Amino acid sequence: MLLPHPVPWTDNETLREHLEARGVSRRDFLQFCTGLAAVLGLDSLAVPRIARALETLKRPSVVWIQLQECTGCVESVLRTADPTIGNLVLDLVSLDYSHTLMAAAGTAAERALHDAMTANAGKYLLVVTGSVPLAEGGIYTTIGGRTAKTILEEAAAGAAAVVAIGACAHWGSVQAARPNPTGAVGVSSIVKDRPVVNIAGCPPIGDVVTATIVHFLTFGRLPALDAEGRPMFAYGARIHDQCPRRANFDAGQYVEVFDDEAARKGWCLYHVGCKGPGTFSPCPIFQWNTRTSWPIGAGHPCIGCTEPKFWDTMSPFYDRLPDVGGFGVEQRLDLLGAALAIGATAGVAAHAVATGVHQVRARRAAAALPVLGEGSAVPPPTGGGREGGASHE
Amino acid sequence: MSKTRVVVDPITRIEGHLRIEAQAENGRIANAWATSTQFRGIEIIMQGRDPRDAWAFTQRICGVCTVVHAVASCRAVEDALDITIPPNANLIRNLIHGMQFVQDHVIHFYHLHALDWVDVVSALKADPAATSALARKISPWPNNSETLFREVQDRLKKFVGSGQLGIFTNGYWGHPAYKLPPEANLLAVSHYLEALDWQRDVIRLHTVFGGKNPHPNFLVGGMASAINLDDTATINAERLTDIRDMITRAQRFVEEVYWPDLLAIASFYKEWASIGGGVRNYLAVGEFPEGDVRETERLYLPRGIVLDRDLTRVWPYDHELVKEYITSSWYEYSAGDAEGLHPWQGETKAKYAGPPTPWEYLQDSPKYSWMKSPRYDGKPMEVGPLARMLVGFAAGHEDIRAIVKQVLDRLEVGPAALFSTLGRTAARGIETVLLARRMNTWYDRLVERIKSGDTQTFAGAKWEPSSWPAKAQGYGYLDAPRGALGHWVQIENGKISRYQCVVPSTWNCSPRDGQGQMGPYEAALVDNHPLVNPEQPLEILRTIHSFDPCMACGVHVLDAAGNRITEVTVQ
Repeated sequence: MLLPHPVPWTDNETLREHLEARGVSRRDFLQFCTGLAAVLGLDSLAVPRIARALETLKRPSVVWIQLQECTGCVESVLRTADPTIGNLVLDLVSLDYSHTLMAAAGTAAERALHDAMTANAGKYLLVVTGSVPLAEGGIYTTIGGRTAKTILEEAAAGAAAVVAIGACAHWGSVQAARPNPTGAVGVSSIVKDRPVVNIAGCPPIGDVVTATIVHFLTFGRLPALDAEGRPMFAYGARIHDQCPRRANFDAGQYVEVFDDEAARKGWCLYHVGCKGPGTFSPCPIFQWNTRTSWPIGAGHPCIGCTEPKFWDTMSPFYDRLPDVGGFGVEQRLDLLGAALAIGATAGVAAHAVATGVHQVRARRAAAALPVLGEGSAVPPPTGGGREGGASHE
Repeated sequence: MSKTRVVVDPITRIEGHLRIEAQAENGRIANAWATSTQFRGIEIIMQGRDPRDAWAFTQRICGVCTVVHAVASCRAVEDALDITIPPNANLIRNLIHGMQFVQDHVIHFYHLHALDWVDVVSALKADPAATSALARKISPWPNNSETLFREVQDRLKKFVGSGQLGIFTNGYWGHPAYKLPPEANLLAVSHYLEALDWQRDVIRLHTVFGGKNPHPNFLVGGMASAINLDDTATINAERLTDIRDMITRAQRFVEEVYWPDLLAIASFYKEWASIGGGVRNYLAVGEFPEGDVRETERLYLPRGIVLDRDLTRVWPYDHELVKEYITSSWYEYSAGDAEGLHPWQGETKAKYAGPPTPWEYLQDSPKYSWMKSPRYDGKPMEVGPLARMLVGFAAGHEDIRAIVKQVLDRLEVGPAALFSTLGRTAARGIETVLLARRMNTWYDRLVERIKSGDTQTFAGAKWEPSSWPAKAQGYGYLDAPRGALGHWVQIENGKISRYQCVVPSTWNCSPRDGQGQMGPYEAALVDNHPLVNPEQPLEILRTIHSFDPCMACGVHVLDAAGNRITEVTVQ
């Protein structure tokens, strides 16, 4: 849940002034910028530029709405790795409206939302968690007596850009799994005339959320996106290609049954269902909860939660990947080798061009972005994926 | 006097979407209705799936209590397939669930509930030196310094002075129901911030064993995190030490910050010990197996029922007596709306029967919620921390009796004070202290077992579907932070044929049943309940938040025939 900080960022303050007010040292701030550059895949030369852009930034308006969801994404953001700056971003996104945490309730809360949207029309960043149920006129999720669809449409109409956080906002997630009883869809099925970035995952790693928002603030636009609308800096490489257990895969060293001798040596989980070969996600690199571990690191196979429709295409979760419904790969992956298996579904086809870490790095370097001047309008999103991208309705 | 209609929608500072309607009269609440306004249909989606996958699907019912549905689901499938998990796996699950309780309850107190009792703006008037003196009187916590309190207050002044209240906008500051002196307000605001960093640290216990949080990974038959002291990729001494330290830090914060703050704040609100009691029955299914999960007499928090607030007797719990009613819910039953169905026979067909959106009022509709009404032997039951502590107290549980007595003595009230809004909030703190302490025992037992050479975490004999009977059914119970949870699974030819959950917030947020009995939220709101200013429904928030609503969890549906939900009638 989002925390109101007792020192929120006020309207006329630059970020630098704000950080000083909060007691953040220059050294901590630069350290954060360095970490951010690494997360975004930029080299260290970009650090001064990020620092300069952030320092002179005035408080943007961010509105966060929660629709049909489990609140896990909000919880995930609350666990971002860098406490000081993580809090800052939290504070920033929660500043105008967040019904999980705000003090007011009922009409007072709704008034706060309305005021924030009116005062910053056309300028605010809209953050959405949760899907939109369309069946039966949208009656399956209402807030203040109004449907999720109505609320999203109103909020999106005045937004500069939309950040859809988590699998629900991305494509509907678990409630959209077969047979999707409530007709749940993701944000980009409703919002067609605004840039939408999808922070994929169930839930996504909190640091990806904060990095994306900071990217927007620093460069004045959304990061480069793939065909699924996911930021390339986080979703540009497959788990399989970054996995510390990849050497075991290549050597034919597999866990065959949980808790067997191979499991106790930390070998590859492919035979017990790991979906890492079909999943684009930063989990092995960023890791979870201040870099404590990640699913494969704790001995459980990846379930592919950053991929659209993973509840149907990646399950049964403990079946070996080529046997999984939706992939339809004829050949056995371990005979074929990793790179060939991936072109099987439309959703991941766009990635086939660049699966290697090396290529990803090259692309990141090429995508080094110019810093926008003060007061610039928000340009359209970068990244060619979305125009011709795969539909996930 | 005329009645004033009050609508609070959304109720903020909860998980999910909740609407409360009430009628106010002479400064009191005369009538109340609780409405869940979200529906997801996850149980329909379960049908035809591999039962070993069920934990992952049901886990996504809720990302706040992110452990509870996964474990209840594993237990249901393990019950159906007659699997006994290794003792190590049970201890690891206890540690994960224990930390879920501790973290969740502390977050609830500071970040969701505190603003009902703590006036942020009043903290500006506090004397930091006096705040430090107050804090040191109640706790040895080293951060309770005058310097720190002054710093927090200076920052508060700056932003209140700027006129930008942020998320505190439109709060009910200055409401006469706020009673804390400025120093106590400043203390609470300061700890509110410390709790944010603390929760981020201690919850990493989930990440060590389950790979991430929210939504750590589980496994039917045990846990996937293998133990090997001599490998870098497994649970080894380095990771166990990390766990050990997290438990220590969790316990210290609970005992030196949360617990003293709770008692100090409660002492200013003693009148709330006679407000908001509600239904008179309390159900605990019990939790934290210290033997096999089927040995319910070996649960650390005991199982049982207290009827009509009689603390001299604990009644046994039998899940066969749970039935769900839909008299006031937007569903229909094939045998008619008056019927009550046990989860084994559960059926649900959504049939919306409220007014068209946007709504003004729902209280004029006979059906007004997506929640069903679970009843035990026909009676509404409150579930959650208060129910667990009352059942444990009545059952003579030594740890519970000792700490409950300590609280009652400190607040100078009798046991009847527990049946209230304040009692609910106090009970949550009591069990947090008990569980933070108990985690040490589970950790020590796990380490002892590893020391003796037992590193098994998974029982694989029934892993392959070929080893399963053609038909099986199982019940998985779990007492979650917010109360009694049950998962019922039926398996046919290796696939789920029916899945049903009855969850804490369904018990507590249930609407009226066919006999007109209100659910616990509703009954609490009309039990000696003030509402001074209907425009600022602070008192409603206090009582509703004392239950710690988790609405996503309460969302409930199963279509036994596996059909899509049928047409909804919008009147």
